Amino acid sequence: MRRFSTLLGRELAAAFHQPLAYVVMVFFLLITGFNFHAGVSLLNRSAGSTTMVEAFFNTVYFWFPFVLVFPLITMRVFAEEAKLGTIETLMTAPVRDGQVVFAKYAGALIFYLVLWLPSLLYFVMFQEVTDRSAAGAAGSYLGAYAMLVLIGMLYTALGCLASALTDNQIVAAVMAFAAILALFFLGLLSLFLPAAGQGLREVTCYFSPVQHMMDFSRGIFDTRPVVFYLSSTAVVLFATFHVFQYRRWRS
Amino acid sequence: MIKVEQLTKCYGPATAVDGISFAVAKGEIVGFLGPNGAGKSTTMKMIAGFLPPTSGSAVVAGRDVFRESLRAREHIGYMPENVPLYPDMRVTEYLRYRAALKGVPGRRMKERVQDVLELCGLQEVGRTIIGRLSKGYRQRVGLADAMIHEPDLLILDEPTIGLDPNQIRQVRDLIRNLKRHHTILLSTHILPEVEMLCSRVLIINKGRIEAMDTPQNLRARLGTADHIQLDAKVPDPKAAAAGLRKVPGVGSVTVRSDGAWTIFTILASSGQDPREAIYWHAVGQQWPARELSRSDVSLEQVFATVTHAEEH
Repeated sequence: MRRFSTLLGRELAAAFHQPLAYVVMVFFLLITGFNFHAGVSLLNRSAGSTTMVEAFFNTVYFWFPFVLVFPLITMRVFAEEAKLGTIETLMTAPVRDGQVVFAKYAGALIFYLVLWLPSLLYFVMFQEVTDRSAAGAAGSYLGAYAMLVLIGMLYTALGCLASALTDNQIVAAVMAFAAILALFFLGLLSLFLPAAGQGLREVTCYFSPVQHMMDFSRGIFDTRPVVFYLSSTAVVLFATFHVFQYRRWRS
Repeated sequence: MIKVEQLTKCYGPATAVDGISFAVAKGEIVGFLGPNGAGKSTTMKMIAGFLPPTSGSAVVAGRDVFRESLRAREHIGYMPENVPLYPDMRVTEYLRYRAALKGVPGRRMKERVQDVLELCGLQEVGRTIIGRLSKGYRQRVGLADAMIHEPDLLILDEPTIGLDPNQIRQVRDLIRNLKRHHTILLSTHILPEVEMLCSRVLIINKGRIEAMDTPQNLRARLGTADHIQLDAKVPDPKAAAAGLRKVPGVGSVTVRSDGAWTIFTILASSGQDPREAIYWHAVGQQWPARELSRSDVSLEQVFATVTHAEEH
């Protein structure tokens, strides 16, 4: 456990001790800030039943930085270590491969969660200023942020897998981006497919983060996406672990 | 301390290390010598537990490197070639991180970091970011990392490569000081380094061990034909050479003139040292001599003979 926390501490330090981290944070704050502004404008125009939380988590301004940020967070985790050669000193210390993979994954996930922390302030601010509740019920917050974590877990794992596959950070980022976009648009198909292809439409619905977020930010809890994200994260992490071992074995 | 048996590593169809076996006792400094691509680094990576072998076994401090990898790694300090480090960390920060990873207990952390900083002459750069250090300092940080957990065995892959002569001397002195507490396996292709540091040499070529002995024995083994040089003033070089050939223990004599002086290169018969006889011969002939010396076969020659034998 001490070794794991040492590794995790190093991962977090590496994540925050690079200029890219702050570029990403600023870019992320700008876009989510704009997204919040767009949400407020929407509420001003339409006096429907939409809440602030729903407006915030279901726009294109939300999804755009969301899918873009994972490759930037995860591209360095394994690729940099392989490029620098520090993988050799790391793996000749008495640490298990699994500890290393999991610490790297946890480090990236924590960085991702830190990115979302300021968004909590938006809702506090909204309630302070407008004297209206930002969400229909507490479940709405819980649902939206739970979905944020769940989707983040899977996409971070995909990014880590891409990074473990190559020494080149750019290649890792492109692969991660391609994989995440493919998965994202596969889910998006459900919104565009004609009702005639019922079966296909239903299947893609299971993959759709947009659909999941819509439900969860309304406070509707569904176990199917939870199981989907948890199990696919486990599979991707397992693959990452094996790729990590295999590449060393081959090198 | 190390016991390697039939260690083999194949990369696809290419065999990098081909069934090598050797043992290293506690307290020895063993030098791995070989041309580039001979399999030195691959062998060291396997012993350090980084690369799994294709077949064979390696045991360090009684632990199998592959089956009880974590236990074995606790006893090994490994410094890879080119010393990879994290450029964003400060020196002491890095050493603390590595010490924690290698299981140095918290209460001993401060003391250990201080010790290695001092031992490696890193006190004044403790707060410097590693990315800003010169090559010589980086090398020393690598060494400090390798020994921070007081391992029984140090594996150093080309510890002096890319350093200037001053830095090379410093690193060598450091290694020499380490031998009191550690068994050391180091690789190099600088021959004088091996002669200076190592108690035993392992010459490896094309993945196989070609020779394994002390530097002295290796020289002796190939040093059957010792060259003796006599530099003297003689009236008639040709007659003098003929006279020298009759001295017991002398094989052949070649003559070269250097102004008023004549340089005789004398090949001794195998296993004999005719220097005393040559001295008395010169005295008897009343030749003023300014030099009488035997040139040792250098390890360089041994190395060339061993590694290029099949090409000639």
